[in-house]
Amino acid sequence: MNFRHKFVFLLPGLLILIGILIFPIVFTVRLSLSSWDSFFPGLDFIGLDNYIRLFTDDKRFWESFFRLSFLSVTTVLLQYIIGFSLALIVWKDIIFQRFFRVLFLIPMMTTPVIMTVIWRTFFHESLGPVNDFFSLFGVTPLWLSDETLAKVTVIIVEVWQWTPFMFLLLLAGLLSLPKEPFLAAAIDGASPIRKFIYVTFPLMAPISIGAIIIRLIEASKIMDTVYVLTSGGPGTATETSSFYIFIKGLREFQMGYSAALSFTYLIIMIISLTIIAKLLVKLLINNN
Amino acid sequence: MKSIYFTLKYFAITLWSMFVIAPFLWALSTSFKDFNSVTGGATYIPWLQFEPSLEGWKVLVRSPAKGGVDIIEPYFNSIFVTCTASLISIMLGTLAAYALSRFTFKAGIIKNNDITFFFISQRIMPPIVLSIPFFLMLGFLGLLDSLFGLILVYIVLLMPIAVWIMVDFFNKVPKEIDETALIDGCNPYQAFIKVVIPNSIPGLIVAVLFCIIFGWIDFFFAFILTFTEVQLLPVKIVALNSSVTPWWSLSASALVSVAPLVVVAFIVERYLSKGNLSGALK
Repeated sequence: MNFRHKFVFLLPGLLILIGILIFPIVFTVRLSLSSWDSFFPGLDFIGLDNYIRLFTDDKRFWESFFRLSFLSVTTVLLQYIIGFSLALIVWKDIIFQRFFRVLFLIPMMTTPVIMTVIWRTFFHESLGPVNDFFSLFGVTPLWLSDETLAKVTVIIVEVWQWTPFMFLLLLAGLLSLPKEPFLAAAIDGASPIRKFIYVTFPLMAPISIGAIIIRLIEASKIMDTVYVLTSGGPGTATETSSFYIFIKGLREFQMGYSAALSFTYLIIMIISLTIIAKLLVKLLINNN
Repeated sequence: MKSIYFTLKYFAITLWSMFVIAPFLWALSTSFKDFNSVTGGATYIPWLQFEPSLEGWKVLVRSPAKGGVDIIEPYFNSIFVTCTASLISIMLGTLAAYALSRFTFKAGIIKNNDITFFFISQRIMPPIVLSIPFFLMLGFLGLLDSLFGLILVYIVLLMPIAVWIMVDFFNKVPKEIDETALIDGCNPYQAFIKVVIPNSIPGLIVAVLFCIIFGWIDFFFAFILTFTEVQLLPVKIVALNSSVTPWWSLSASALVSVAPLVVVAFIVERYLSKGNLSGALK
C-alpha cells in the first residue's frame, strides 16, 4: 500500500492532540521552575527550588498522595469484587435479566458531581435518610464530619458511581468467552466453585487486568466527589493529591509550586501504574 | 446446596439494586418537598408524610429574574459541547485508530504500540495538571468562557477513548476485507469509507456512547474554564449547592440532568446482549 496514505489517516488526530497538548505540558514544566504566585505573577527562573520544597518540606502533599492511594486501591478493589459478582450473576439465565443489566449500568451514566450533591443530602447528618435509619438504633454517625467516616462515605459514593464501569467491562468479557472450556468442565462434573476457580477466572484474567488498570487510572483522578462531598475535610481527612494541587494552584494561586506538584504527581502516577500493571499480569496470569 | 446458591444470588442483586435506586428515589421524593418538609427531618412518602409541592420543578422553568434557576440554556450548552466534541473525537480517533491497526509506523524506537499508548495515556493526566495551562492558553486565544474553547479541551479528553476502543475493534475486523476492496479497485480512502466503516458500526456505536458518557459527566474543566457567558449543566447545578441549599430544586435539576443518559444505558445494554460489545470492549 502506498506509503503516504497511512499518514493521512494517522496525522490529523495525532497532530491536533499534540497541538492542543504541547503548550500545556511545556508550560507546566516551565512554570514549575518559576515562583509565580499571586504577588509576583511572571515566569522568573528559580531553578529546582519548587521541587526541593516539594521533596523536603511538604508533608501534606505526601499525606494526600498516600490517602489517594488508599482510597483508589480500596474503591477499585471493592468495585472489582462487586462488579465481577454482579456480572457473574446476570451472565447466566436469571429473571428480568435485561432489567438488572440496565439498572446496574445506570450509575456510571450519571454525572458524578450532580449525584454527589444528592449523596450529600442523603448522608446529611440530621436531615438525611441514612441517619434517619440509624436513629432507629439510637446512633447518629457523623458521615461527613468524622475523619474515618468521611473516608467511608467517599468510598461508598465512588463504589456506587463506578462499579457499573467494572461490571460493564467484565460482563462484556464474560459474554465473549469461548464455550468449549465450560463444556469440558461440565463433562468432568465440576462444581460451580471449582468451575469458577479453574475455568472462568483464568480466562477472565486479561480482561480483569485491563479493567482494574483503567479503573485505577480513573480513580486516581478522584476530585469531583471530594470537592462536593467534603471539600477535603474534615481537616485534611479526605484530601487527595488532585484536590491539594487544586487548593495550592487555584485557591492560593501558588502557580509555580502547584505546577511542580502536578508534574511530580504525573511522573509518579505513570511509574506506579506501569508497575501495578506488570505486577497484576504476573499475579493473575503466571500463577495459572 | 443449589437452593442456597439461588437464594444468595437473588438476595445479592436485590440488595445492590436497592443501593443503586436509593439516591434516585430520595431525590425524587425531595424534589416535591418545600422548606418545611425538608427541615422537618427525613420523610419519604408524599401526602402521607409531607404535603407535596411543585416548587422545585417550577423553579427550573421560571426566568432568573423572578428567582428561577435557568437550566435550559446550560442544558443545551452541555448537549452541544458533548455532541460536537464526541463527533470530532470519533472522526479523528477512528482515522488514527485505523492507521494504527493496519499500517506499521516506525520512527527510531517509536512503534505503533507507543503511538497508541501516547493517545491512551492522555487519560492518565489528572485534569488539575492541565487546568492551569489550559486556562492561560484559552485566555491568550480569547476562548475562555466560550463553547469553542470547551470543545477544544473536551477533544483531548475524548479522543483517547475513541482511539482505545477503535484500535481494539479494528484489530478484530479481518484484514482481508480491505484487501479485497483494494483488489477490486478502490483506493485506500474508498476502501475505508465504503467497506471498513460499514463493518465497524458496532464498535463505532460503543465509541460514540463512551465519548458521550465521559463528555457529559465532566465537571472540572467546565468549572474552571467557564464563568458567566457559557455555563454547562453540572456547573450550574453545583452552583445551586453553594450558600442556601434549596434541596427541592437541587433534586429536581439533578434528575433532569441524569435522565437523557439513562437512554444511553438502554442502548449499551442492547449491544451487550447482542454480543456486539464484547468485541469492542476488550
